[in-house]
Amino acid sequence: MLRLSNLTVLRGECPVVDSVSFDIDQGEVIGLIGPNGAGKTTLMRAALGLIKHSGTSSISSRPHKERGKLAAFMPQSREIAWPVPVETLVTLGRLPHLSLGAAPSETDRAAVSAALDALDLGGYRNRLSTELSGGEQARVLLARALAQDTPLVIADEPIAGLDPAHQIATMNAFENMAAEGRSVLVSIHDLGLAARHCTRLIVMDRGKLIADGAPLDVLTPDLLRDTFGITAFLTETADGLIFLPLQVTA
Amino acid sequence: MQISKIINLASALTLVGAVAHADAPSRVVSINLCTDQLAMLIADDDQLISVSKLAADPRSSAMAEQAADLIPNSALAEEIYLLDPDLILAGTFSSRATVSMLERLGIPVILFDPAYSLDDVRDRMIQMGDALQQPDRAAELIAEYDASLAAYRAEITERPRAALYYQNGYTSGDSTLAGQILATAGFDNIAEDAGYPYGGFMPLELLALNNPDAIITGTPYPGASRSDEILDHPVVDHLRDRLPQAVFTDRDWVCGTPYVLRAIEDTAQLRRTMTGATE
Amino acid sequence: MKRLFATLVALTALLFFGSLVTGPAGFTPIESIKALLSSDQSPITMVMQEIRLPRAILGLAIGAGLGIAGAAMQGYLRNPLADPGLIGVSASAALGAVLAIQTGFAAAWALGLPISALSGAAAGVLIVMLLSGPQGSTLTLILAGIAVSALAGALTTLVLNLSPNPFAANEIVFWTMGSLADRSMTHVWLAVPFIAVGALIIASTARGLDALTLGEDAAAAMGVRPARIRLALILGTAAIVGAGTAVAGSIGFIGLVVPHILRRFVQARPSALLWASGLGGAAMLLAADIAVRIILPSKDLKLGVLTALVGSPLFLHLIYRTKRQGL
Repeated sequence: MLRLSNLTVLRGECPVVDSVSFDIDQGEVIGLIGPNGAGKTTLMRAALGLIKHSGTSSISSRPHKERGKLAAFMPQSREIAWPVPVETLVTLGRLPHLSLGAAPSETDRAAVSAALDALDLGGYRNRLSTELSGGEQARVLLARALAQDTPLVIADEPIAGLDPAHQIATMNAFENMAAEGRSVLVSIHDLGLAARHCTRLIVMDRGKLIADGAPLDVLTPDLLRDTFGITAFLTETADGLIFLPLQVTA
Repeated sequence: MQISKIINLASALTLVGAVAHADAPSRVVSINLCTDQLAMLIADDDQLISVSKLAADPRSSAMAEQAADLIPNSALAEEIYLLDPDLILAGTFSSRATVSMLERLGIPVILFDPAYSLDDVRDRMIQMGDALQQPDRAAELIAEYDASLAAYRAEITERPRAALYYQNGYTSGDSTLAGQILATAGFDNIAEDAGYPYGGFMPLELLALNNPDAIITGTPYPGASRSDEILDHPVVDHLRDRLPQAVFTDRDWVCGTPYVLRAIEDTAQLRRTMTGATE
Repeated sequence: MKRLFATLVALTALLFFGSLVTGPAGFTPIESIKALLSSDQSPITMVMQEIRLPRAILGLAIGAGLGIAGAAMQGYLRNPLADPGLIGVSASAALGAVLAIQTGFAAAWALGLPISALSGAAAGVLIVMLLSGPQGSTLTLILAGIAVSALAGALTTLVLNLSPNPFAANEIVFWTMGSLADRSMTHVWLAVPFIAVGALIIASTARGLDALTLGEDAAAAMGVRPARIRLALILGTAAIVGAGTAVAGSIGFIGLVVPHILRRFVQARPSALLWASGLGGAAMLLAADIAVRIILPSKDLKLGVLTALVGSPLFLHLIYRTKRQGL
């Protein structure tokens, strides 16, 4: 789905992403975690070929035209420039599949409907997207990325600002996609949701990949202290992993 | 009336010259192209010390040669004040700021209205004679002027229709100096039929529809301007191809001086060739 | 959408016809149309074929071009205040045209005038786009536009003042306000091909402009190439505004007003707004050009006066709204 090897992005002399390598397979929900400024967003953008980088990414090495069919991206900045209706906005996700000037087909409309339903937006079709609340806009934009119907979805902090029910619902939507054989790379600050819903966590700190594995293996007290500067309570229950940050370490 | 006659008239007058009063202004500065020329015609030797720069430009001034002997000015208060004048001649369209500055500095300024008709030309000559205290010279010029105008008016037998058409599609009607020059030279003016008794921008389509017998345009100035573009429009080209036309320089047309007689002569010549009349 | 299309086409056709039959020489519409199709050499035929027809064609083409250019620029910059006139593109096109006329380049080579105006326009768009950029705020866009307009306007005035031709200085009004009076078929051939090519180039960016609704990153991840869109826009806008300004002076506000009015009817989709604004722009310019001939037939009223009378209040309203939303 995605293969990164020695991906490096320089800002001036300084590496913002420093020789990062990992693969994403089918059916994974990968949480990309790390403190502010760790290089998560830059890594995603480089992997998609949006910025100059060295090393290789299996997506950015493909011609522009094909990239839109390989991965969909929901950027952190939730831009909606014009007051377009929700349905029209989500349909924009079908652009890579449409030939020039063609109207959306039955397949396209079905993909749009599925994406709207997955994010609980069925009743919003004709609302103007710019008039929705921030959390609703985030879901609309994610629906747009889902409608692109790509094997991989890359989402930069998609659940920030959502209410708890929609945070969980969104993570569930990712899990459902994984169950269908697609994969999701999602950057996330809520380690509790990350621990519960991701199949795998990748930890970045100061541009370097410092841990990669199952949540229980990654979220060790040492890593939490060294990377995040916190202590936390973590336990496995019948309802899944429970993670609760406790204190800031000195 | 020959052109040379008018010019002789002007130079003869300067030579003869009536004696000025003792208190006549002796350091006169003119800052307007038209007062420049009137003053050069009427002033005594050495009475006039400076005229505007334009007066020495043969394209706009009928008296460029005479102006070359005088100090050119740019109509700015500072330089005029330094010439130490005792009288300033200006047009009513001269810059208000300059005129009032000079008045504040205590120099008398006499303002001349532009001439809108051939009668105005006569009035301006009288006014200039009074300003320079040379009324006799002015009277002589006026006598010649009236005689020439009468001669032109008497010679007309047939009046073809002409269009005055300048840059940007500007035309002049009968209530303008140019319009009166045209009328006195024996033409009817289509601007009148098109509804432009004064000056104005006449749309090309009115020119085409009014079907003039002749078309009179101004000489293009050097340097390009899109104002000249209209004179190359296919419609004007088409009219020019089949109509007698004349191109006259502006200098004899713009100012109310006796040189308008030269403009009338040029235009009358065009009419004579068109109607087959002889002098 | 189809209804909007039909309405706009009908309106534009009606105004095109209106432009043909409006003029100081009052003949009836039937006479006019007969003369337009006749091949005699009568004055009325001359008037219809050599004066009214080129005027109407230029109104249609330049208006459409300005509408499309405005819609495209707003789509790319994601800013409803972008307009070729307001951000200095028209002013720099005028500078190019004036330079071509004053240096004799326009007289030496038939295409000298439009090419030179086009280069001026391209330089103007380029500077504004570099200064304000696609993520630039409204503030930087408008400030960059003011700077470019002021500089181009000052240089135009300088060039015209340096001209030995006494009429040159009066041309400033034409270059800043625009007019279609007494244009000929020569001007049509000079401008329309460039405008058509410019419109085609801009049309090729339609999909990309839609995608840019989601921001540059999201669009690029869908395979859109923002740098290419920018290049196409610079070329397309320069061709349209350059050619239009070369023959009719700068006509402001059409690229601002028309997309603004029509946006809601196309559900704000930038691609649909392109063709809608093209038709709307043609209608607006034809209407303005009819109005200048009816309001003050003998005064050669400039087009920019009318478009600004309509456009400025709307512009102020937009600024007010932008201010409330925070720049």
